[in-house]
Amino acid sequence: MLVWLARRLAQVVPTLILLSVMIFGLQQLMPGDPALILAGEERGDPQVLAQIRAELWLDRPLHVQYLHWVGNVVTGDFGFSWRIREPVARLILQKLPVTFQLASMAFLIAVLIGVPMGILSATHRDRPADWLANGIALFGISMPNFWLGIMMILLFSVQLGWLPPSGYVPLTEDFWQSVSTTIMPAFVLGSGIAGVLMRHTRAAMLTALSQDYVRTARAKGLTERVVVWKHALRNALIPVVTLGTIEFGRLLAGAVLTEQIFTIPGFGKLIVDAVFNRDYPVVQGVVLATALIFVGLSLVADLLYMAINPRLRQA
Amino acid sequence: MSASDDRSAGGRADLNRPRQPMSAVIESPAVAPAAESPGRRALRRFLRHRLAVFGAVVVLVFAAVALLAPLVATADPNATSWSAIRRAPSLQYWFGTDENGRDVFSRVVWGARASMMAGTISVVVALLAGVPIGLLAGLVGGWVDALISRVADAMLSVPFLILAIALAAFLGPALENAMIAIAISASPVFVRLARGMALDARATDWVEAARALGNPPWRIGLLHVLPNIVPPLLVQATLAIAEAIIAEASLSFLGLGQQPPEPSWGSMLNSAQRFLTQAPWLAVFPGLAIFLVVLAFNLVGDGLRDALDPRSDKR
Repeated sequence: MLVWLARRLAQVVPTLILLSVMIFGLQQLMPGDPALILAGEERGDPQVLAQIRAELWLDRPLHVQYLHWVGNVVTGDFGFSWRIREPVARLILQKLPVTFQLASMAFLIAVLIGVPMGILSATHRDRPADWLANGIALFGISMPNFWLGIMMILLFSVQLGWLPPSGYVPLTEDFWQSVSTTIMPAFVLGSGIAGVLMRHTRAAMLTALSQDYVRTARAKGLTERVVVWKHALRNALIPVVTLGTIEFGRLLAGAVLTEQIFTIPGFGKLIVDAVFNRDYPVVQGVVLATALIFVGLSLVADLLYMAINPRLRQA
Repeated sequence: MSASDDRSAGGRADLNRPRQPMSAVIESPAVAPAAESPGRRALRRFLRHRLAVFGAVVVLVFAAVALLAPLVATADPNATSWSAIRRAPSLQYWFGTDENGRDVFSRVVWGARASMMAGTISVVVALLAGVPIGLLAGLVGGWVDALISRVADAMLSVPFLILAIALAAFLGPALENAMIAIAISASPVFVRLARGMALDARATDWVEAARALGNPPWRIGLLHVLPNIVPPLLVQATLAIAEAIIAEASLSFLGLGQQPPEPSWGSMLNSAQRFLTQAPWLAVFPGLAIFLVVLAFNLVGDGLRDALDPRSDKR
């Protein structure tokens, strides 16, 4: 187990190194000189430009710039926002809890819809319930979540006036207010993942239901309920749990547009605002943070997979 | 087990791949339940088929609209009219008019051109880049494979949309740049798919024979492996187009794709958001167009997967 863990961690290292090269390289795609953007109205002054270049190490060779950047990142210094002169790392840490709340609620909604639907679909294979569940899943996967968000605002805020169309109240301030500001975006965000989880659950359940131990359980005379819920589901959930962990990382990406539509001041809004303001260090920082979270989650997924599947532990 | 699993499992293909052939064997009894009557089976196959056919028809309609936009549109999509601002849908303006008095129907029609073009071209580019690289990794092996696989890993650890946003942000806002960004973000999936298939094919007798005859790797890849991996690539490409269309709409929504006043579904939705109470139709039609075309591509992809998978029931 420890050997496996060490090997798995060693595998992550080259990925991280390549990732850092990629994210650093983003800057090189940029047309024009960053110093010119930063200088603003003083762009005519060569002394200012030289000073900015020196400050950002832009006057050094590329590989030195890279090593300097990586060195900072490793120590938690993601650079400074060009726009608001604040450390990028602090900005990210400020916004992360908001998105985390949104993503957790979305994930909960997705699991509550997707998993039961997948079970129902597998146990009622090729019957109307299966078609319906597949239809709903396809609907969730094909629906662009920013449009769903706009349509929900139209219905629940503009027409019915039940929920606020935008804004965010932190959980710590007022629980119910917080839930009412996040329930719509969470549903929007969760609906696509619900479809994906439904498909995973259905496929895993169908595989489990055709296994020998299920046939044995049925032959023993166990009721169908016990067979489905106790024998098949337990095994079917193994891939679902691990894939679900990965999907959680995907929610971060989905949050970008959802937060934009519902004006929720989270992680996604941070990157969008940074893109609009040409605040490149923040864009880089957010990409890096998402990638780190994603790499971490796949590690957790693998660990979970080992933990719930004893057969893998020996291998 | 299915391409949608591959797509969503993204970072975990290595872990899942060895299990696939096994589960396929086990699954086959479940695929052919003895209790199913011929009539019901026919109905099911008909239904499944009909949906894919429906999807294909919708895709063709959108493709035709995109190609024949000048003929289909009832007005100049960019012609403003101060005497017809925010008119509700009517016989004269089928989808109403927007805040500048432009005909929304004509703008949706021209928007199809941007979306369909962005979706297909970016996926074709991703295929042309990703498949040869993946084949190379799978057939050559060694450090070439290790390097390519780690780069793909690194790219896949940034969620698709965030990578596309970051690339588009650094490249600058334009439809061409959005397409490049989407193509780059979509390519690692094809690298991984092609690599996996090449590894599988390498173990087969016919490739072994081809190698024994002294064929160089590029010839084996081109003549012996590629034809056998076309079906899964086709399925994956169809589903990727659906994702690419959503990505283009998302980038345009954020102002990183098609630039105004040129029409695109994403940017139309963005400006519609400001007039939700006064002119809800502005938000309905572009979103409906995105949803329909994405749904259609997903239906075709699912249908192709069923039709092309030798393991699925063909009776």
